[in-house]
Amino acid sequence: MPLRRRSTLVAYLFLLPALGLLAVFTFYPVIFGTVLSLFEYDIINPPRYVGWLQFQRLLADRYFWIAITNSAKYVLVVPVIQLGSILLAVLVNRQLRGIGAFRAAYYVPVITSWPVVGIMWTWMYDQQGVVNWVLRSLDVIARPVSWLSHPTITLYAVMFVTMWKGLGWYMVIYLAGLQAIPAEYEEAAMIDGASRGRVFWSVTIPLLRPYILLASLISTMAAVKVFEEIYVMTRGGPFFSTYTMFMYIFDEAFQELNMGYAAALAVVLAAVILVFSVINFRVFRRGGLEWY
Amino acid sequence: MVLRKLALYSLLLALAVFTTFPFLWTLLISLRTRGPIFSIPPDLSLTGFSAANYIGVWSTLPLPRYIANSLYITAVGVTLTLVVCSLAAYPLARMQFPGKNAVFFAIVATLMLPEHIGLIVNFVTMMRLRLVDTYASVYLPSIASIFGIFLLRQAYLSIPQEMEDAARIDGAGELTIWWRILLPLTVPALATLAIFQFVAFWNSFLWPIIILKTPDKYPLAAGLLYLRGLFAHNTRFIAAGTVIATLPIIVVFLFTQRYFMRGITAGAIK
Repeated sequence: MPLRRRSTLVAYLFLLPALGLLAVFTFYPVIFGTVLSLFEYDIINPPRYVGWLQFQRLLADRYFWIAITNSAKYVLVVPVIQLGSILLAVLVNRQLRGIGAFRAAYYVPVITSWPVVGIMWTWMYDQQGVVNWVLRSLDVIARPVSWLSHPTITLYAVMFVTMWKGLGWYMVIYLAGLQAIPAEYEEAAMIDGASRGRVFWSVTIPLLRPYILLASLISTMAAVKVFEEIYVMTRGGPFFSTYTMFMYIFDEAFQELNMGYAAALAVVLAAVILVFSVINFRVFRRGGLEWY
Repeated sequence: MVLRKLALYSLLLALAVFTTFPFLWTLLISLRTRGPIFSIPPDLSLTGFSAANYIGVWSTLPLPRYIANSLYITAVGVTLTLVVCSLAAYPLARMQFPGKNAVFFAIVATLMLPEHIGLIVNFVTMMRLRLVDTYASVYLPSIASIFGIFLLRQAYLSIPQEMEDAARIDGAGELTIWWRILLPLTVPALATLAIFQFVAFWNSFLWPIIILKTPDKYPLAAGLLYLRGLFAHNTRFIAAGTVIATLPIIVVFLFTQRYFMRGITAGAIK
């Protein structure tokens, strides 16, 4: 065998296990899933072609609109997490005794599993729980609130947990961003007499811009397909007030076994996410200090 | 100056309380056997501790079983991830072959693919492969980790070409070069990947509850959720189980922090 052809063969042999697994569990699902959205399929009987019927059904489906509205509302958590984690990163981006321990403490929620987080926060949100105690001590609320069974506030209570768990992750991203900024920029502004707040808004934030864009887009995609925190705390209740797209897909696929309809819902969600991903890739091609 | 430092530390401490309080409170609940669990104000005293809940949850609920499941799934999953990603990253970093760019692009493109569709179709695939309700079905879809391939490709790229050339002159084959010369030099990256996959497998619950039909096969995180559903009234036992489930992760994290920070930034900013 010629040497060149042989080395090509060797290269593909190395790649084979990964490419095989990706083909079966990553590429094929996207193709088959999209096709499946045009079928009715309950796993037991063979798939039946129904064309665009699922998508027409979806437009008239009350729960679809509830779910997509809640998923869209969930994006509200993005600016809060991003601003919070930028401030946190600025706070811990300094030489200080014990700063490593604080960074670790802020990161612990990130590595905790969702079932554990869900269990802990269900207790925190109890009528007689810690959240009510703290807010009542601070005179923010007059009497205890049932955070996880109140149709108008539960979604926000769950968002708060998303923020609590996510802050540390984004903090690390921004910390990397802050450490990539040469100190001269901020020092120059200080020498010119700018206040700390002024330096933050006019120098630090603009230089962090590529990181902010990346993190916001990751965060937005995660918010649109939010599932775990809902599943472990409310399962979409009370009265569907926290029912999101992913929750609906999960129920249709694995509780009702309406695989075709679940696939149609998934395709709609994928379209929304794909728009964000394309923006992500386009925007992030540029970046760093060369941006300016 | 001292005053400013004091203010800074107070702020840092307040934030640390915010992020860790739920853990500390759960620990307190798990260590007591009597008194109201929920009260305003909560009982934050450090007295009346006992290990009874831990002994109880360990001997009466299938917690050891879940831990064994988690250990098995995590061990096999992490090992296979390291093997598969190392193999794939090597030619992508250090070989020239037709179709290389296409393969690399295909792998990059998967980052844009919506994984929630995968959940539905992978369930159907597992049914066809007759793998539903097996441990293999839990780890198989996640061992070809894109993050891992990227991370290791980066590690292979940073190895000087001379090391490889020297071995080649000595007549070593591709497999020998990879195994004996290059792989040992990627150990730090392998460690980062191993830790990330460990956390991912240990914490996974969504895919396991979909694909496993026998609760006895659940990994710990999924099992804990299942037990919470069954024994919601026994808050103290669940609290003890929660602590048992969280402790290994926190210990691993405290010892390997460096790798975490490196991994996140390498993964997010490619």
